[in-house]
This record gives sequence, structure tokens and C-alpha cells, in this order.
Amino acid sequence: MRVSVSWLREYVDLPADVSTGELERALVGLGIEVDSAVDLRETVTGSLVVGEVLDIEELTGFKKPIRFVRVDVGAANGTGEPQEIVCGATNFAVGDRVVVILPGGVLPGGFAIGARKTYGRNSNGMICSARELGIGDDHAGILVLPPASPAKPGDDARPVVGLDEVVLELEITPDRGYALSVRGLARELSHAFGVPLRDPGLLPAPGATAEPAYPVEVRDTVGCDRFAARLVRDVDPSAATPEWMRRRLTTAGIRSISLPVDITNYVMLELGQPMHAFDADRIVGPLVVRRAEEGEKLTTLDGVDRVLAPEDMVICDDTGPISLAAVMGGETSEVVADTVTVLFEAAHWDPVMVGRTARRHKLFSEAAKRWERGVDPALPLVALERAVRLLTEHGGGAAGAEILDIDHVRPRTPITLPADLPTRRIGVDYPPARVVALLEEVGCTVAQGVDRLAEDPGSVGVAAGAGVALTVTPPTWRPDLTDPADLVEEVVRLDGYDNVPSLLPVAPAGRGLTWQQRRRRAVAQSLAERGYVEVLAHPFVSPELPDLLSLPADDPRRPAVRLANPLSDEEPMLRTTLLGPLLGVLKRNLGRGQRDLALFEIGAVFHPRPGAGTPPAMGVDRRPTDAEFAAADAVVPDQPRHVAAVLTGEIELSGWWGAGRAAGWADAVEAGRTVLAAAGVPADRVEVRAAAYAPWHPGRCAELLVDGTVVGHAGELHPTVVAALELPRRTSAMELNLDLLPAPPMLPAPAVSGFPPALIDVALVVDETVPAAQVERALVEGAGELLEDVRLFDVYASEQLGAGRRSLAYKLTFRAPDRTLTVEEAVAARDAAVAVAAERFGATLRGA
Amino acid sequence: MTYRNDPYDPKQVALLDPAALADAVADAEKAFAGAADPDALTALRPAHLGDRAPVSLARREIGALPPAAKADAGKRVNEARRAIESAYAARAEVLEREHAERVLVAERVDVTLPYDRRPRGARHPLSTLMERISDLFVGMGYEVAEGPEVELEWVNFDALNIPADHPARGLMDTFYVDPADRSGLVLRTHTSTVQTRTMLSRTPPIYVICPGRVYRTDEVDATHSPVFHQAEGLVVDKGITMAHLRGTLDHFAKAIFGPDAKTRWRPHYFPFTEPSAEFDVWFPEHRDGPQWVEWGGCGMVNPRVLRACGIDPEVYSGFAFGMGIDRTLMVRHGVSDIRHLFEGDVRFSRALGTGA
Repeated sequence: MRVSVSWLREYVDLPADVSTGELERALVGLGIEVDSAVDLRETVTGSLVVGEVLDIEELTGFKKPIRFVRVDVGAANGTGEPQEIVCGATNFAVGDRVVVILPGGVLPGGFAIGARKTYGRNSNGMICSARELGIGDDHAGILVLPPASPAKPGDDARPVVGLDEVVLELEITPDRGYALSVRGLARELSHAFGVPLRDPGLLPAPGATAEPAYPVEVRDTVGCDRFAARLVRDVDPSAATPEWMRRRLTTAGIRSISLPVDITNYVMLELGQPMHAFDADRIVGPLVVRRAEEGEKLTTLDGVDRVLAPEDMVICDDTGPISLAAVMGGETSEVVADTVTVLFEAAHWDPVMVGRTARRHKLFSEAAKRWERGVDPALPLVALERAVRLLTEHGGGAAGAEILDIDHVRPRTPITLPADLPTRRIGVDYPPARVVALLEEVGCTVAQGVDRLAEDPGSVGVAAGAGVALTVTPPTWRPDLTDPADLVEEVVRLDGYDNVPSLLPVAPAGRGLTWQQRRRRAVAQSLAERGYVEVLAHPFVSPELPDLLSLPADDPRRPAVRLANPLSDEEPMLRTTLLGPLLGVLKRNLGRGQRDLALFEIGAVFHPRPGAGTPPAMGVDRRPTDAEFAAADAVVPDQPRHVAAVLTGEIELSGWWGAGRAAGWADAVEAGRTVLAAAGVPADRVEVRAAAYAPWHPGRCAELLVDGTVVGHAGELHPTVVAALELPRRTSAMELNLDLLPAPPMLPAPAVSGFPPALIDVALVVDETVPAAQVERALVEGAGELLEDVRLFDVYASEQLGAGRRSLAYKLTFRAPDRTLTVEEAVAARDAAVAVAAERFGATLRGA
Repeated sequence: MTYRNDPYDPKQVALLDPAALADAVADAEKAFAGAADPDALTALRPAHLGDRAPVSLARREIGALPPAAKADAGKRVNEARRAIESAYAARAEVLEREHAERVLVAERVDVTLPYDRRPRGARHPLSTLMERISDLFVGMGYEVAEGPEVELEWVNFDALNIPADHPARGLMDTFYVDPADRSGLVLRTHTSTVQTRTMLSRTPPIYVICPGRVYRTDEVDATHSPVFHQAEGLVVDKGITMAHLRGTLDHFAKAIFGPDAKTRWRPHYFPFTEPSAEFDVWFPEHRDGPQWVEWGGCGMVNPRVLRACGIDPEVYSGFAFGMGIDRTLMVRHGVSDIRHLFEGDVRFSRALGTGA
């Protein structure tokens, strides 16, 4: 809400010399965000004066009309001589009074004005438009003062055009609808400065008369619990909106339309009561306030034909709906150029209904915004009185004596507030008298009584006032105050948040991070230590991604969660694999000139629950039962946490030390092993085996298993995928589901023997299709307890070995915990190891 | 010097002559001094200290002497031999030292050569900051709680006292899961969802910190991203007051922004807390000089929220606070564009992702 301080001053006695900074601090201190506080006097510097046009010379020969104008600026220019100015606007005539900025002045935006030669003439200053002055959007021509303006040439033009104001732009939180008005803001400022408020809501207003201003029937008193109306007859249709009112509306961002409509908006800004002005002569028959019927139509004031829903409230006459209640009026009954009989309506509507209607029709009018946030139901007659007075004053006509007021407003339910609750919740000692005073300051009615409630068994350090209950009736303009906690907030807000002391609570002894959290850190740390850079990519992906990744038709990564309102229609899905977004980041880095990249991400992927319907409705008045919540939770997509890595280019760089090494499938698989090791999975529970799994190269893909369960894949990406995603050749990747890894076991310590090892190398010749991992397993199983370590140190194929055969050379380390092994013992263990490999895979000792 | 090359002739005693021994010593010293390196010196050893060196041959001649002369001659020979040994050792030491020095010089390398053979990796600075925040609160006895990113609308809104038709729902630009009117699911708009789940799943006392990813339908620009991160703190216990909230935030601010950091509150509105405040932090190391910056929102847990989660608000009270991790990182390190945080440019993470 944008409002000028001068308007606020009409209702609150602010100190005369209060600065914008002080105003800002005061409002912020009460919870009203100040987007800007602009002293318009400071937006234009130098001489901004009223000038009267003496003569105009049309300059010809230019692409657009140019005028050379002589303007009387009185003595403002120091000489009293007419000021000569070149002007590109043509919307003024000799005798008009305009706004002139003299050389040396600066307009908003730092636009400095000087004397300069232009279009062949000397121009000394500028005649300003409203937009140039920052007071409106009108740039069609320069600003011409109305004939009625008493301003004389040479006068300071600032007060004349409203540049003597301080304008506040305020952000009002949704709970404080009353502060969307001069009335509400004045009230807040009266709290802040401790100065009296002259509540415009207390304007004496006559009550309902036996004869209604207009026949009205309210058929739904839930949607509309108050409907009041008054007539003004014989209004002068040509009466203009007074300049000060127009300016205040403009400041608030509301366009001036006609005097009666402007008055409704003005009263809305001032009191917070949205109103509507009907042309009573254009209403056919009595008015009916009711819910719309399915499919009913209405053309609203913005010219849009709207199909109404049964929840919308409408005001109808004999022709059907003529107004979308509380949100926007209709064309057929609006005030028009020749309207002489104005029917002002001020009602009170159900905020939930208005909110729904506004959202349904995407009509977020100023009125709807206020209704949704709560409007004082006590205001209608006051607002009508204010509107009628303004209209009769500025538009002539006679106020009708008949006043309609259909009032079904229910009185507020008082809130029982233990007097010590603010103290117990805030930690500041508020004596009961202080609590009462603060609540009364915001407009509550407070009665004291003895607390009938049991004393709060959870209270610690019960303060003064314990046992005393206050019966608090909030003011009509505060529908947000419904609970004791709301009243506690009012107490601390007015007393000041700065008074709340600082005290650390003592938590019970904690258990530290969970093993899953520790594991995630260890995995991330170990990958970073291995040269991988962590990224956090956005999870939005294209529906085409599964095709680009060549996922089979029945791949579980195909069904994906789709967003109803994605930011980009091209990426409405949530990732089911980290690889899509991660490869996108890889490409971005490549595009920025990087060549050697190793990236990783740890994050959630999203798998919709098959057949998940709508979760059961759950209230908030109690905790849902475990069964209810479990049923709802079953709809929530499975969101396992994955880790993925991608790499391209050289993983070891070339340099002065020699050639580098290209990253490849083996690095990706090793990244997977690194993750498992860092995750605390014992190596003997890990298995790596060949797999064919998209998007990997079928001959260069490993699946990683823990306890026989596949937990992820690693290797080189499929050439088709590499081509489809336009990645560098041989780009490799790894992805594991961390949630599938078992909890790290409590590992037994190894027997670290101090006796010397016996080292024996064996070279086994096996069929090349036999995986090295299985040969190693056979050796381990065959060698028995004495084997401390086995390491593959060479892989070799040659013609001598025969086609399809290869030699795997292992270094076996044998060691006993309690003695130095004899050669015979070590050889026997080696022979046992080789025997198992021979038995399983036909392995022969090379050279044997 | 010349001598007969016949060690077995007992009558040859000329070598025992004092002058001859002195010559042998002098010869040896001279020869040793002429050796240029340890190998050359070693090569000289047999000639001067070997079995057929003059002093060795002289020793054999002693047997031919009369008994009365033996002691004297033996002493002379020993002295000569010791002198040669000592000259050898002295020269050897010098030569070994010189050699070692030459080798060390010869083996000199340029230690300033780069060796970025395996480029450094890095954590993401948001991850390390989230871990740092977690550690801070774990140190105070809190636990780190987590929850799903695709979340029930009920958890994200209803349970947090944001009813379906409340304007507060409109404040958070929410991603809805298709079909929006039936899925009942959203991308969580705040980590306050973890509050709900925590309170549903355990009983007070509750002290948790919930760092995580959240989503709003904000178009990307320098200060907005549809995906960002928050850390939410929640405490529910007996006798918890707003003073405890202030104490916690003060401690938090100093831990993250330095010992001179200060906080201040501005009253605000959040449906899930009452009273509510936004909090700002002031710290001296701000890129643009010491100043206040908006940091997060906080308040006392609304009793309605406690009730919806099955906690008796007559017995327990609590506070909650939440702040943007991305924003914290940007403010602390003077990051001017939030895009750096999700674009994954390795230059950014390498610069900031090693510590925090």
C-alpha cells in the first residue's frame, strides 16, 4: 500500500518534525515492512516553479512539432524576464499554467537540467510532464495545471503538484488487513509514537431506517453477513474529482474514473471498507444477494465475460447478476457519464469466499485483497456516511434519508487469556496491568476474572499473574486475533521485541549425526579427495530424457513425477536418475572451456508410487492417527538418495612429468568402489560384475552389489547416449542408491602380524571371459587363512597363450599371526589357491 | 721409495728404519692428498695399508730383530701405521663430505614445478555450510532431521496452520505435482515440513535442526532460484520462551558471522508461529561494510501446529526459526549471483568448497 504521510497526519498527531527514517523504524518495529519511504521534496532539486505561457512559436523543419515558448516564471529566474524554453509537447496554449524546472535543477533519476542550444534556439530549462516529475505515468504531454488552481507564476510548484509529500510504500502481512488503510496505519503510528488517534471509524453515522435505501434481499447470510446501502440523488454528473483526492488515489496506484467511483476507492483507502457505487437508475427491480448458479454469466467492469461458480456471491437485479460480490462490479449497473442517482453499497463478505472467487477468476482487485485479509464488519454505516458526505460536498445532490442495513454479524467470541501467559511464552515479566494496558491499546476490551482453568502443569517459573484469567474481546477490525497466542504476540509487539532477553535453552544430551548422515559426509568427502567436484543441480528434467538415455520401455526410471506448473514447459519432470542433470552440468562446464572434468552429486531422485491416488483428507484440529498419516504418506513418491559421478577428459593430467591418463570406465567403477568403502561396506561384501544397463556401454558397464543386491552401476556411457546428449566420447559415469546400502557393521579388528610375509607371484591363464573378480575370489577362498593380501598386478594376452585366453598375474602375500612361515607352508597355500582357480575356471599356471 | 719385493726374507729389516717409516707415512699422506674422490682414495688403500704396504712389511721384519730391539721397532711401526690410518680416515671424511655435497647439488630439482597431476576435487560450499550449521546445533544437543522434498500438501501447509483458502498459501509460490487438484503433493516450499514430520514422529523434548532443499516457482535471476536451501530449527519442550529463541539465534549468528555479529527482530507474520518475527544479522565483515542484512524468520510455534501434530500446547511450548542457506552463503562470501550456486561451475566450488 502506498500512502502519503499527510493523509496519515489527518488522523494521528505525529510529531511535526518526525523524519522519514523515524517513521520507517516505527513501522518496521510494529511489523509493517517499509518497501520505500520517499520524501518527494527531495526527488526534484533546484527551482521547480509555476510558469504561465506567454507566447508560442511553432518551429518548422523538424521531424516532429517543436515549440519555442516564452514563459512567465515571475521573479523565480532572478530577472523577472520571460524564460525561453524549447518544448516538444503541444498540449498547451497561451495562458496555460505549467510546471517549469529552471537550469541547475535535477529531475528524478538524476536528470540534470541546464541551459542549452537545441533546435537552433537557446532553451533555458524545461517544461515538465507528470512522468518526468515522477508523480504519474502521463507522458502524452506536459503537465497543465487546472484552471481553478490558485498558483501564480514563480510559485514553488512542489506543493501545487503534490511534490511536498512523504510517500510510504508499505508491505502488509496477510493477517493485518486493517493496516491496508489510513485508519489502520494511523492506529499503528499512534502506538509507535504514543500520540492520540482520531479514529475515522468513529465518525457518527446514522443507523438503519424503516424505509430501505433500496429494496435488497440477502439470501445467504454466511457469504454476506452485512449489507448496507444509501442513495445520493441528483448528483451533478459533470462534477470532477477534487485534485487532492485524485492525487491520493494516484499515489495508491488507483486510476481516477469518476467522482462516485473515486469516492468509493478513497473511502476504501481511508477506512479499509471496500464499497461499490451503482447507478440506481440502471438497476432493474430489487437487489438480491445470493450464491451464483452454475453457469451464470456476468460481464465485469474490466470487460471480461465471466462464467460464475456456485460458490461465488453475486448481487442480482431482475436481469440477473449485476455484480461479482466483493470482487468486481458489472458493466450494466456501473456509474456512467450521466449518472445522477448513486447507490453506495458497503457490505461485509466472507473472506474465504472472496479469496476463492478472486483466485477462481484471477481477479486480485484491491477490494478482494482487503476482504481476504479481513475487513472490520462495524464499518459499513460509517463508510456510507463518509461517502455520502464526500459526494454531496463535491458532486452536489442530496443524501437520501433512507438507510439500509441488513446486519447478521455475530459478536466476537471473547478469548480467555491467562494473565501470565505472555510472561511464560516470551520470557519477559509483564505484570497483569501491563498486559491489560497493551491489549486495550490495540483496541481489545479486557475483563479480569479468576482463572478457571487448571494451572498450566508445564509451566516453569510461574510469574506474577498466575491464576488470573483475562477475558479479552478483540476489536472488530482484528479478525486475526482468535487465540491466546495472538494476544501474546500483540503484547510483545507493542512492548517491543527488543526487550526480549537472550537465553540459551539447554537441550537434553543429543545422539549426534545418524549413521546415514555420517555416511553421506564420508562419501562426499572421499569423492572430493579423489578429485571429484560436488555440484547441486536442479532436479527438473525433460520428458525426453529417458529416450536420450536409451532407457528400455519398462525401465523403472521412466515413470516420473510431473509438475503441474513447471517453470519451463520443457522440463516438467523430476529426475529419476541423477545422471540427467549431472551430465547437463558437465556440458555447461565443457561449454565454459573446461576439458578435464570429474563431478559428483548426492541428492534425491523421485519415483512416483504406482497407482497413488489422492491422499486422504486430514484435519488439523487433532493429530492424524498413525493409520491416517501412513495412508497419506503412502502417496508420497519414493525419494531415495543417490550418489552419482560423471567424468570426461583426463583424470590424470599430462604435464612436464609426462603424458596424462584419460578418464574411463575403470575410473567410474573405482568411484563406485570408493563410495562403498567410504560408506563403510566391507570389501568382502561387495561384488562387481559385468552388466548391460542403460545408459551404459553394454560391454563396459559394471553393476555393484552389496550382499548380493545390486546397488548401482558404473562404466562408460553408451556411444548412442554420448551422441544423443552431445557428450565427449568415452564419457563415463557411476550412480549408486545410497539408501540400499546396509548399515555399516561393527567391524572386528584385523590380526596385524609382526612376522615376515612370504610373497609368491602366480600367473594364471584363463579364458578371457572369466572375470578377474571371480578368479581373485577363487584364489582367496583356496588360499585359506594364511593369505593376507592378493593383488592383480598384470593382465596379459598373447598368441602363445592362445586365442581367447589371457594371463592374470597375482602377487599373493602370506603371513601367519604367530610364526615365520616356512617355504613349504607358503607354497602349499599357493597351490591350494591355484587349485581352486583351476577347478572353477580351468586356470593353469603360466609356464607350468 | 724402493724395497725388495720379498716379504719372506727375515734378514731384510731395512724397512724398520725410522727414516724409511717416516718416508712411508709421508708417501701415504701425499698419495691420499692427491686422491680426488672416495673411489680414488679407496684404490690407494692396498698400497699404503694393505698386506704388502711398507708398514705391513715392516711389521714382518720385526721378527728378525733381536728381542731387545723388538719392542722399540714394534712401537715405531705401529705409530707409522696409525699415522697412515688417520691420514686415510681424515682424507676419506673430507672426500665423502665433498662427494655428498656434490651429489646433493647434482640432484637438485626445481621444487616450484607444479604437480597438479590429479586435479583437486571439492565439496559444494552449500553442502559444507549446511554441515557446519548441523555441527553447530549437534554440538548444542540437537539432532539433524530430514524429510522428503516432494511432500504432502497437508504437511507443507495445513498442519502448519496454512488452510487451503488462506492468503498465506499464495505468498509461497508453490510447485504442485500433477494433477494439481488431486495429487495432494507439492515440492516443499520450506523446511518447516520437517517440523511437522518430526512432531508427528516423536515426543518432546524435541531439539532438531533441519537443513534441506526447498522449491518456489521463482524465475531464475541474480537473486532468485526455484531451488534453494533452508535450515529450520525447532525446539519443543516445557517452559520454552521467546528469550530462548533469541539466545539460540544470537549464538547461531556469532557462530556463522563471527563473534561480533548481532541480531535484531522485526515483528512479522508466519501462520505456523505466533508471535512471529523476521530476524536480521549485523556483522562487521560484510562485503559492503558492517551492516544489517535480512536473515530469516522465526517465532514461537503456533499452538494450533502443536495440536495438529499431537502435542499438548498446554504442556509444551516451542520455537522455530528458518533461514536461507544460499542467502547466508551469498552474504558471508559476497556472492553476487545465486546462479553460481546451482550451475555447478567447477571454478566456483573449487574456490569455496574446501572449507567454509
